[in-house]
Amino acid sequence: MFGRDEKVSPVRLTAVQYMILAIFMFLAYGLWQLQVMQSDKYASLAEKNRIRNVPILAPRGKILDREGRTIVENYPSFTALLLRDSSRDLFADAGLIAQGLHLDAKEVRDRIRHFASMPQYQPIFLKDDITQDELAFVESHRNELPELDTIVAHRRLYPRNGFMAHLIGYVGEVSEEMLNQPRWEFYNPGDVVGKSGVELQYNQILMGKNGSRRAMVNSRGREVKRLDETPAEAGKQLKLTVDLDLQIAAEQALGDKNGAIVAMDPRNGEILAMVSRPTFNPNDFAVRVSRNQWSKLVNDDDHPLLNKAIQAQLAPGSTFKIIMATAGLQEGIAQEMHVICNGGGVFYGRYFKCWVTAEHRTHGAVEISKAIYQSCDVFFYTLAEKLGIDRIAKYATLFGLGQRTGIDLPQEVSGVMPSEEWKVRNFKQKWYAGETISVGIGQGAVAVTPMQLARAIGAIASGGLLVRPHVTNPAELPANVIPATDTPSQVKIPIDPANWEIITDAMSNVPTPMGTAGSAHLQGIDFAGKTGSSQTVSNALKAKTANGKSKYKDNAWFVGVTPRRNPEIVVAVLFEGGEHGQFAARIAAQVVKAYVEKQRRQPTKVAQGSKKVEIGAVWNSASPDGTEQDTLHGGRFLVDVPKKRVPLAAAAPGVQ
Amino acid sequence: MSRYISFRDFDWLLFIFVLLLCGLGVLEIRSATAHTKFAGAHIKQLYWISGGIAGMFLMSFINYQKLLDGVHWMYIASIASLMTVLIFGQKYLGARRWIKMPGGGHFQPSEWVKLILILAVAKYFADLHQRELSWPDFIKAGAIVGIPMLLVLAQPDLGTALTYIPIAVMGLFLGGVRWKQALTVVVLAGLMMPLAFHVLKPYQRERLTSFMQPEADSQGSGYQVIQSLIAVGSGGLWGSSAGSQTHLAFLPVPQTDFIFAAFAEEHGFVGALTVMLLYFIVLMRLTQNAQTAPDRAGTFVVMGVVAVLSFHILVNVGMVVGFMPVTGIPLPLMSYGGSSVLFMFLALGIVMNVRMRRFVN
Repeated sequence: MFGRDEKVSPVRLTAVQYMILAIFMFLAYGLWQLQVMQSDKYASLAEKNRIRNVPILAPRGKILDREGRTIVENYPSFTALLLRDSSRDLFADAGLIAQGLHLDAKEVRDRIRHFASMPQYQPIFLKDDITQDELAFVESHRNELPELDTIVAHRRLYPRNGFMAHLIGYVGEVSEEMLNQPRWEFYNPGDVVGKSGVELQYNQILMGKNGSRRAMVNSRGREVKRLDETPAEAGKQLKLTVDLDLQIAAEQALGDKNGAIVAMDPRNGEILAMVSRPTFNPNDFAVRVSRNQWSKLVNDDDHPLLNKAIQAQLAPGSTFKIIMATAGLQEGIAQEMHVICNGGGVFYGRYFKCWVTAEHRTHGAVEISKAIYQSCDVFFYTLAEKLGIDRIAKYATLFGLGQRTGIDLPQEVSGVMPSEEWKVRNFKQKWYAGETISVGIGQGAVAVTPMQLARAIGAIASGGLLVRPHVTNPAELPANVIPATDTPSQVKIPIDPANWEIITDAMSNVPTPMGTAGSAHLQGIDFAGKTGSSQTVSNALKAKTANGKSKYKDNAWFVGVTPRRNPEIVVAVLFEGGEHGQFAARIAAQVVKAYVEKQRRQPTKVAQGSKKVEIGAVWNSASPDGTEQDTLHGGRFLVDVPKKRVPLAAAAPGVQ
Repeated sequence: MSRYISFRDFDWLLFIFVLLLCGLGVLEIRSATAHTKFAGAHIKQLYWISGGIAGMFLMSFINYQKLLDGVHWMYIASIASLMTVLIFGQKYLGARRWIKMPGGGHFQPSEWVKLILILAVAKYFADLHQRELSWPDFIKAGAIVGIPMLLVLAQPDLGTALTYIPIAVMGLFLGGVRWKQALTVVVLAGLMMPLAFHVLKPYQRERLTSFMQPEADSQGSGYQVIQSLIAVGSGGLWGSSAGSQTHLAFLPVPQTDFIFAAFAEEHGFVGALTVMLLYFIVLMRLTQNAQTAPDRAGTFVVMGVVAVLSFHILVNVGMVVGFMPVTGIPLPLMSYGGSSVLFMFLALGIVMNVRMRRFVN
């Protein structure tokens, strides 16, 4: 019987052995063919077998202002490389290389040693930003030193002194955390991308696509045959809505003071200028920023990296009274209100002071108009009591407070607009009616950004047209780049025309001797606005702390428009530590004046200060005998303040 | 049946040759990875080899007949583990091959399944009662191998799935497959080719086409083939002293699938042929163990190992010299990689097992 113990057919086993032998003979034949018969052919193929792949870096798109003037450019910079895929003795050549590139020979040798464990097709980056003669050295030594090569990198050139630094942003190598996010999925480590501001927001447009150049090289590193070349796709340029002339005026108006300025066209939401102080130098980030530098910037109490125009949320102070006034008039309460201001009042068992007592006087009889242009606290305390927090919150929210404006810049904050529901949700406590009183004059829990304030007050002055601010023109961008946002681009909020007139006429009295910003008066210009001065800490705390009064100075605010109704421009100024709204008003007035004078094509006195404006750009230089040289220079140059009727900033000569 | 098992019966000769091959592999891995980011791989390979040797000794203690008795459970467990991979497996490089273990390691079932499959096929054929295969038996045999193969194909892992085929072929051949049955399979396979081509993923298709014409895509899939040919060819008779292709990293990842190319470049025709001879001796020795096995099952088990080993060598070396498309099948004992090393040593353990019990009755 055929069972378990029956052996497997020995014939078949032997057959398997012969099959295995056959297989091995087959393979041995293959080896013979390659290694004995055709050995020479392959040996020479091996000789020529190196394909060198050098990237061609794509230049990033320029950033321009609304009139096409260049704000951010690139300049070409050369990096020297040491290729290691040849049989050259690098240590022996190190001396000559070091000499030609002005490096230390020992350092070069150390670097070669340091990189020894890396694959040999990876070159070593010897030196960035090499000079003309160093470049010449590499070129002239192609034969003696074939292991040296250069690669062109494009460096970002930002305006100097932190001009427009927050709005523009800066670039850097994409980080590991970024690569893990879905938005950055298709980028590679080592890619240079925008890290903040416009550079980040519109990175997709600005960033080009690198190409590559392939060549076959032999064992000595000499190019034997040029293979294909994929050209780089340059990034596209981006046009902002910002007006360079106004930006200059705003930057100079704020000067070295801490705070922010936002100038916007309330008819369409175009941002005309945006400044934040203190500022930082984005050119520092173009090369890798050191850890020390970075921590210094991040840990600085004044927050130089913060774009205060959209990221600082602070109590608005009396500027909030415009919202209050709108609420009060629309609800039909404020029209008939007549209040006597004796310097303060008692509400919910507490005494609330009016600021006017600091000037040793009182407001006397106040109605809505006077309450606005004289900024009477008592009137608005009373109004707040009558309205109640929820009605105040309703109007404030209508005009965009407590929410993001939807501006196309990253990391905007939403500010805070308190209400009963807000308090319960966030603090699990009931809203106390007494807290409403402080909100009435823009203190307490309410917090806004300069952008929100500009937008809200611009909307009120426009008769209720609430726009979404933006720094680029959506019509000029491809559809897939427009940032998604929930905020509608325009909302019409109904305001009774009579109320509208009351508010705007009152606002126009503010920058006059009648109002709180008389020193900001602009002759011949229909300038209207509202001052504000907000405490940063409570009076009690100030009293307790040493130097409390000087350390915790009040912030000065001002929001101004021109003309008073359906304005063409709204300017919001935050002057940290400025104490009096007047000072903020003066700053805003400078910007408004620059705007009006530009409209009227007049030379402005603003820029004729002692400071010159420095802008970075790229240009061709002319040699002494007047012939144009073929080399591009990158660098910074000074704009001379013109005495004639020309725009304030000129594009660099020779650059479009 | 337990009996005092003497270690004199352990196949020391086989063991020595196996170690020789492993040693050559380690040396070549060290040389090929010396200036790359894989440097130090040879140390890891040594750890795996030690682990493998330990496993081999352990394996040789268990009476293989007891293993065969339990093969039904092991088979079910292996199907279950393959299904687990499909459902829960981690995707890596586009395929689900691994399951993440709670301890943090990775478990690749398809290699274990190979081992169990050898045992399962052996048991199946050993228990048959005719000299020739009947059609139902033939189909059943096909299913035993076919089901795990399909599960592995679904991962997708074409390379490993293909390595199950020689087990089936060897089993069928020794088990008395009839000409007609063999012909049927060949014809069916031929008819399925066009369909299979459609089902293949693009990169797999590329591998086939670039196998036909490597120059057509010299920077893509054809690249590895060309690099391998150049490396091997430039080795000449005695080896190329610079070992430039490997050392300049034109052979990407030389320590795994293309280890033989690196070796052939460094040691030339003479070196390559020596390695081939060593493998041949190992295979012949294994076959001898099969012939002296105490029962049919033992023979089938050892020959199953022979089948897998021969297949790997054929495909891998064939790929290196340009006779076969690139498949990702490692060279046993020499290629860097824990699963391959472990599998080989465990399989050898079973072979030792059979050999050591050859006088038992």
